[in-house]
Amino acid sequence: MSDLVEAVARHPLYIVGAAETPLGEVADESELSMVGLAARDALAEAGLTLRDVDGLFVNYMGEEGTVQVGEYLGIEPRYLDSSDLGGAAFEAFVGHAMTAVAAGRCEVALITYASRQRSLRSRRLVPAPSPFRQQLEDPYGLPVPIGYYALTAARHMHEFGTTRAQLAEIAVAARAWARLNPKAWARDPLTIADALASRPIVEPLHRSDCCLVTDGGGAIVITGAARARDAARAAVRILGAGEGQGAWDITQARDLTRSPGVISGREAFGAAGITPRDVDVLEPYDSFTITVLLALEDLGFCAKGEGGSFVEGGRLAPGGSLPSMTSGGGLSYCHPGALGLLLLIEAVRQLRGEAGERQVPDARIAVAHGVGGTMSTAATVVLARD
Amino acid sequence: MIDAATLDPTMRPFWEGVRLGEIRVQRCAACGSHQFYPRPFCLRCDGTTLAWVSASGLGVIHSLVTVHLPVIDDLAPPYRVALVELVEGPRFLGLVAADVEIGDRVSGRWLGSEPGTARLRFEAAP
Ligand SMILES: [Zn+2]
Repeated sequence: MSDLVEAVARHPLYIVGAAETPLGEVADESELSMVGLAARDALAEAGLTLRDVDGLFVNYMGEEGTVQVGEYLGIEPRYLDSSDLGGAAFEAFVGHAMTAVAAGRCEVALITYASRQRSLRSRRLVPAPSPFRQQLEDPYGLPVPIGYYALTAARHMHEFGTTRAQLAEIAVAARAWARLNPKAWARDPLTIADALASRPIVEPLHRSDCCLVTDGGGAIVITGAARARDAARAAVRILGAGEGQGAWDITQARDLTRSPGVISGREAFGAAGITPRDVDVLEPYDSFTITVLLALEDLGFCAKGEGGSFVEGGRLAPGGSLPSMTSGGGLSYCHPGALGLLLLIEAVRQLRGEAGERQVPDARIAVAHGVGGTMSTAATVVLARD
Repeated sequence: MIDAATLDPTMRPFWEGVRLGEIRVQRCAACGSHQFYPRPFCLRCDGTTLAWVSASGLGVIHSLVTVHLPVIDDLAPPYRVALVELVEGPRFLGLVAADVEIGDRVSGRWLGSEPGTARLRFEAAP
């Protein structure tokens, strides 16, 4: 083992604070003020203040994200990370923070994000240009990202016989959880028949297969055992983290039905010394129903191609054997453009036993799995109640 | 339209091919594999002798979707977009007719020739 790997093993790390920003439609805050509110709430849970933060991790918060957020918060941290791994950045940041704290580069890491994409009507359908996309993909009018996810879903259906009704199971499970979460955006009942009847967006994906477009964000605080002992709420231990990446341009994807979750899951589960059987709560990135299906296969909850039958019968829903998207997820609770941080916050709430009506009984191990771009990045975090 | 020659000089031979109705890809002299988009090395064998060749235009539909949103002015929804794997290996997006499905053999040709607006259209092939 390298010195750093040993150091990570010797210094257990904890999430000691987790907080959402205001969610839904946020009329009276800016993205930076939302970050300020969530950061202070999360630090308060940890018995810490902004002055204790010496590591800052942000994505999508401006051209030089940590600088802009640090300036707003009035802090000058000594460890900085604005890596753009899309919606998976936040799970990746947990891994980066583990390394940074173990190496002595920072002691208190703050990971934060906020977006007012709904209020600003600024959801970008076309991302920053890549020369190849401009020349070879944009002319075909394939909307980003949904068109790319639709190509993945269509291929999965062709190769493995996956059905729209099986994808609908995922949307229905998310909605059933959302109905138990007072903060969820979409709480009307949703049946498989409703989902199948929803309007097509990019077939085979229909409206019910797609996440919400809402405002929101959050913050989490990570530190070592010494400071975790002072936390006001139960600290949640980080057992392992991993990240991976695949293709940006759809023509370059080697296998449409295999996501980089294969890599991030292997790394995170390996570091944690667990298998999918040990997981009590799963928070998969549900930007689209197909994103969840691939996560289940790529993280090893079922074999490749068997995701469709795996989700049948409400397995992911309240009362099912693999409680997943327990907040209602991006499909029904909140999707502020990048969902990864909210997955971690919900996992923490479940492990602390703070999830109210939607609490999974005796949850001891939770997994948050972020996905970014067009199935381009993935990052996985394994958390445990100590 | 985009200024591809400035944006990406490595694609100039490709766009010259489009003007002649060709679908050009790179072929590695060492291992014979085809790749696209272009790189100065072979992804398969790391060889550095790569030549532009004209692909057959024949391929198989790897995946296929129908877009129901308005995205581009001159494409009225619904329209179908396919990811096609050429017999040489590289994959391209293309517009397709209503009578083809995933797994079908197709043959492609260019509609237009200018970077940013040129599109491949694939039709059923025997
Ligand atoms: Zn070669």
